[in-house]
Amino acid sequence: MEIKVLGPGCAKCGEAEKIMRAAVEEAGVVATIEKVSDFQQIAKFGVFSTPAVVIDGQIKCVGKVPGKSEALAWLGR
Amino acid sequence: MQPDNPANMPNPVANPQPAPPLAASIKFKVLTGLAGLGLWFALYWQLQSLAGYLAFSLLGLTPGSRLGEAMLFFFYDTPKVLMLLTLIVYGVGVLRSFFTPERTRKILAGKRESVGNVLAALLGIVTPFCSCSAVPLFIGFVTAGVPLGVTFSFLISAPMVNEVALVLLYGLLGWKVAALYLGTGLVIAILAGWTIGRLGMEEHIEDWVREMHINASDIPDQRLTWAERFDHGKTAVRDIVGKVWIYVVLGIAVGAGIHGYVPEGIMASIMGKQWWAVPAAVLVGIPMYSNAAGIVPVVQALLGKGAALGTVLAFMMAVIALSLPETIILRKVLKPRLIAVFLGVVGVGIMLVGYLFNIII
Repeated sequence: MEIKVLGPGCAKCGEAEKIMRAAVEEAGVVATIEKVSDFQQIAKFGVFSTPAVVIDGQIKCVGKVPGKSEALAWLGR
Repeated sequence: MQPDNPANMPNPVANPQPAPPLAASIKFKVLTGLAGLGLWFALYWQLQSLAGYLAFSLLGLTPGSRLGEAMLFFFYDTPKVLMLLTLIVYGVGVLRSFFTPERTRKILAGKRESVGNVLAALLGIVTPFCSCSAVPLFIGFVTAGVPLGVTFSFLISAPMVNEVALVLLYGLLGWKVAALYLGTGLVIAILAGWTIGRLGMEEHIEDWVREMHINASDIPDQRLTWAERFDHGKTAVRDIVGKVWIYVVLGIAVGAGIHGYVPEGIMASIMGKQWWAVPAAVLVGIPMYSNAAGIVPVVQALLGKGAALGTVLAFMMAVIALSLPETIILRKVLKPRLIAVFLGVVGVGIMLVGYLFNIII
C-alpha cells in the first residue's frame, strides 16, 4: 500500500501524517507513507485544500485531519 | 521509501467494536447540546457580578482603585470573550460543514467578475480555510477557471473576515464596531479583487501554474450526517479556542494594564487622526503577525486612551489580512509584480477605510 499525505507542512498536515502512521501500525498492514509538501506535486493530484490523504493513487480525504477510525477503515480494518 | 512497519506485524484488532445506533447518539447529542446552551446563558448573565465578587470581595481590592478596576476588567472580559468564542466557533464550525473549498470552487468557476467578487468575498467567510492552504487553493481556483480577481476576493476575505475577529470586536467593542469591520472588510475584499481583475495580470502568475492541467473530478464529495456536523463544531472549538485562548488571556491582561495605568489621551498623539497616522498604522501592521485574538484586546485599550477608530481599524486589518508569512508563501505562485499589486491594492483599501472612519466619527 502506498500512502501519501499531502500538505505544505503546517501543524494540521503533521497531525494527518501522525494519524496515518499510527493507523498503519495499528492495522498491521504493509505500507509506505510519504509526506508530499511540494505545491506542484500536490496540485497534480487535483487537491487544493490540505491536508489530504491519497492511498494507492486514490484520494481519500481533503481539507481535514482524518480520524483514526476513518483511517483504519481506508486500510481495510 | 522505507516501509514503516514490519510485514509480520500481528493484527490485534480482530473484532472491532460495533458502532452505536446513530439515532440514539444524535438524540443524546442534541439533548446535551441544549443543556449546555442553557448552562452557558445562565453563567453568561452572571459574569458581571462574579467578576465584582472576585475582584472586590475575594481579593479585597477597592472599587475605583487602579488595580481594582484593572482586575475587574480582566475578570469580566476574559471569561466573557472565551464563552462567546466557544459558542460562536462551535456554531460556525457546524455551519462550515456545509461548505468545502471544492463546493466553493464549483460555485465560483465561470462566474462573471463583479458577481463573482461579491460571492467570493461572502464565501470566504464560511468556507473552511487554513491559511497554509492558500497556495494549493489559489492553484485549484485559477486552474478551474475562477477569474484571478475573484480568486483574490476570496483570498482577502477568508483570513480578514473571520469569526474570531468578529467575536472579539463584538465582545470588547460592541456590535457597531463588529458590524463596521464586517462590512468594510467585505467591501475591501470585493473591490480589491475586482481591481486586480481589471488590471489583467494573468501573465504574472507563475508559468508552471498556468501550464497546469488538472482533473479534479475524482475528489469524493462527502455527505455528512448531523452527528458529523456537530462533531465538526466540536473539532472547531478544540482547534480554534484551544489555540487562541492564551492570546485572549494575554491580550486582555495587557489591555487591562493599559486601562489601569496608561494616562488618558496619550495615544491621541501617535494613533490619532493625523494624516500620517493611518499609513503608518498599516505599515507597522503588515510585518506584525498576530491573530485577532491577541490584537483586539490591545486595540480596545488603545481606543480608550485616545486612539482614533479609523487608525485602529486600519492597524488591525493590516495585522490580520496582510501577513508577511502568507505573502512570502504566495510568492511560489505569483510573480513579484502581482505580489506588489496585491499588497498595494489591499493596503490602499485598508487606508481608505481608516481615513473614512477618522473623518465620519
